[in-house]
Amino acid sequence: MDVLFTGLYVLVFPGFLTILVLGFFSSWIERKVTARVQYRKGPPLLQPVYDVVKLLGKETILPKRGNPFVFAAAPLLGLASSSIVAVMLMIQPLVASSFVGDLIVVVYLLTLPSLALVIGGAASGNPLASQGVSREIKLMLGYELPFLIVVALAVYKAGFRIDLEGLSGASAPLSVSGVIAFIIALFCVQAKLGFPPFDVAEAETEIMSGTYIEYSGPLLAVFKITQAVLLFTLPVFLITVFWGGIRFVGLDIFWFALKYVVILVLIIVIKNTNPRIRIDQALKFFWGFCAGAAAAAFGLAVAGNVFGIAWL
Amino acid sequence: MKKTIIPIGPYHPLQEEPEYFTLTVDGETVVDIDAEIGYNHRGIEKLSELKNFDQSTFVIERICGICSTSHPYAYVRALEDIAGVEVPPRARYIRTIIAEGERLHSHLLWLGLAGHFLGYNTVYMWAWKLREEILDVMEIVSGNRNNYAMFRPGGVRRDINPDDIPIVLKKIKKIVPTLTMLHKAVRDDPVLHARTKGIGVLTKEESINFSALGPTSRASGVARDVRKDTVYGAYHEMDWKMIVTENGDVFDKVVVRMLEMLETIKILQYCFTHLPAGPIDSGLKGIPAGEGIGTHEAPRGETFHYVRSDGTNRPVRHKVRAPTFMNLPTYKATVKGSQLADAVIILAAIDPCYCCTERMAIRDPGGKRLFDGRELVALSQRKSKLVQEQLGIRELPLDALGQVAP
Repeated sequence: MDVLFTGLYVLVFPGFLTILVLGFFSSWIERKVTARVQYRKGPPLLQPVYDVVKLLGKETILPKRGNPFVFAAAPLLGLASSSIVAVMLMIQPLVASSFVGDLIVVVYLLTLPSLALVIGGAASGNPLASQGVSREIKLMLGYELPFLIVVALAVYKAGFRIDLEGLSGASAPLSVSGVIAFIIALFCVQAKLGFPPFDVAEAETEIMSGTYIEYSGPLLAVFKITQAVLLFTLPVFLITVFWGGIRFVGLDIFWFALKYVVILVLIIVIKNTNPRIRIDQALKFFWGFCAGAAAAAFGLAVAGNVFGIAWL
Repeated sequence: MKKTIIPIGPYHPLQEEPEYFTLTVDGETVVDIDAEIGYNHRGIEKLSELKNFDQSTFVIERICGICSTSHPYAYVRALEDIAGVEVPPRARYIRTIIAEGERLHSHLLWLGLAGHFLGYNTVYMWAWKLREEILDVMEIVSGNRNNYAMFRPGGVRRDINPDDIPIVLKKIKKIVPTLTMLHKAVRDDPVLHARTKGIGVLTKEESINFSALGPTSRASGVARDVRKDTVYGAYHEMDWKMIVTENGDVFDKVVVRMLEMLETIKILQYCFTHLPAGPIDSGLKGIPAGEGIGTHEAPRGETFHYVRSDGTNRPVRHKVRAPTFMNLPTYKATVKGSQLADAVIILAAIDPCYCCTERMAIRDPGGKRLFDGRELVALSQRKSKLVQEQLGIRELPLDALGQVAP
């Protein structure tokens, strides 16, 4: 029976299928809100599903000059890693399945979708894709540093707990360092999602979708699903680590949904009120401003801990 | 380090028209650029020679979909130059209204596209939504959103219905707040500043050397505008400012166009409220033999038309020079040395219009271009020599050209 339940947890609820549905729903919200901001009507509820179904019915074209095996494997790698993260984050509050160090696994798996883009783009053998790959690598180097600092900050504030349960349970009171950490993490999430102003790697009008350029049909659909899943997973990660965690009991479900919508809307607003920045400007932003602010927040948290000031 | 060639075109999401840029890229820095056009040559100059003067006006209108009035305007001015007719005041005002409405929607279109190229799709959608208002105005005035067919040699084809004027003025007034808001958004957005300030600088000297036109040159501090420099239309009868800025970067080109839109609204409002009474056509009958030139300040710069008539009812020669033809070579100064990410917006900053600029290109079946610039110059020199020999003209001595013989 245990095996059956575990299988259900992983595959149906709150596992892959639920994540997929929620991912598509997030993707629809993102498109609808974007459309309303831009004076447009926006797509119907099932549009993300239609898109994927249509792509799945198309022919798979493998580039002659690239490496077909790596080219086909990369999107699957991205989808697998992002789904695993989503399932881990969602199962933990349900069955308390946390283990020591699963935060490290999550952070590690969260870099894989970007890495999958890099691998897939590099394997396609297209000069524009290689341009996109070089940008994506630089962008990753940029946002991982502040991201890791703020995650370390959350770990520090939770009393050196590196398991999701510990982080989630340590619902820290409102503090200056916590707010700064959340904002920095939000910027990093924006870059992880590849949304403006950090959509340098795909930059449709510059390098014709860069890393995605050679992808078509089902493989592109897998990338689209990955994007949708990430759009759900990353806000959930933010809530788990920086904003009090998730509990599926009573009113907390409502709070979780509200927090999730707030983060999603923040992401969409940032996306729609900014032009794309250059890759060197993105690096400067992450290594200069974000890393500096993250380190300062860490300093504040340490000071607050040492001197016993809760609001720092 | 190995240099990569990044192709932009002939079909690229960046551009609506087929043209081909080869950017030689070293890492992310562009070290050289080459542009190639000729994918969409329609032989309109030749077509114009096959039609009579009235019909040509419509053919010329089809040169460009966006500045569809600039070409007829310059063309009828060339014909009026040959015939030496005065255009009645009401016709001049109506012409000004059409030309300025077109400038407004063309600049808005460009603003939206520039936003899109920078990945700022909100600006794109807002600018195009705003553009619908002015297109409605044009539809009320002329019956068409584009290709207004309002011009005829000696006057205009249709009158403006006085009942429409209050509606039109209301619509124009509605544009102002959103436009001002967009202007402020562009002026104060720090991320936009980071993307456009100091990018693709065209200095004043370069602008003069390349003979850049329109907003491209005015952003570099060259105060040149056909509407101010010559007396035509109704421009000299009202008060409006020529917008000139000094820096010549992409940001200044945006600012020049944004402020020009506000000036254009002023001109439109003046024209609609001060529309003089009288005929709309001078009743021009036939074009005498002779040659004439006509210019008009199109949204992208000076449009120039040359027409030669031999006294029959069709032009013997019709030559069109669109502003993009002069602005395109400035890429050599602005794109070189820039980042690849910036190259895109620099390419867009001159507001290029390739269908206006198209020139013929001859290729062998393998796709190799057969006549390059140098060969064409040599061919034309040989032809000139031939003509000189046939007509018995001796080559002019170099002294006569004001040059010192070696």
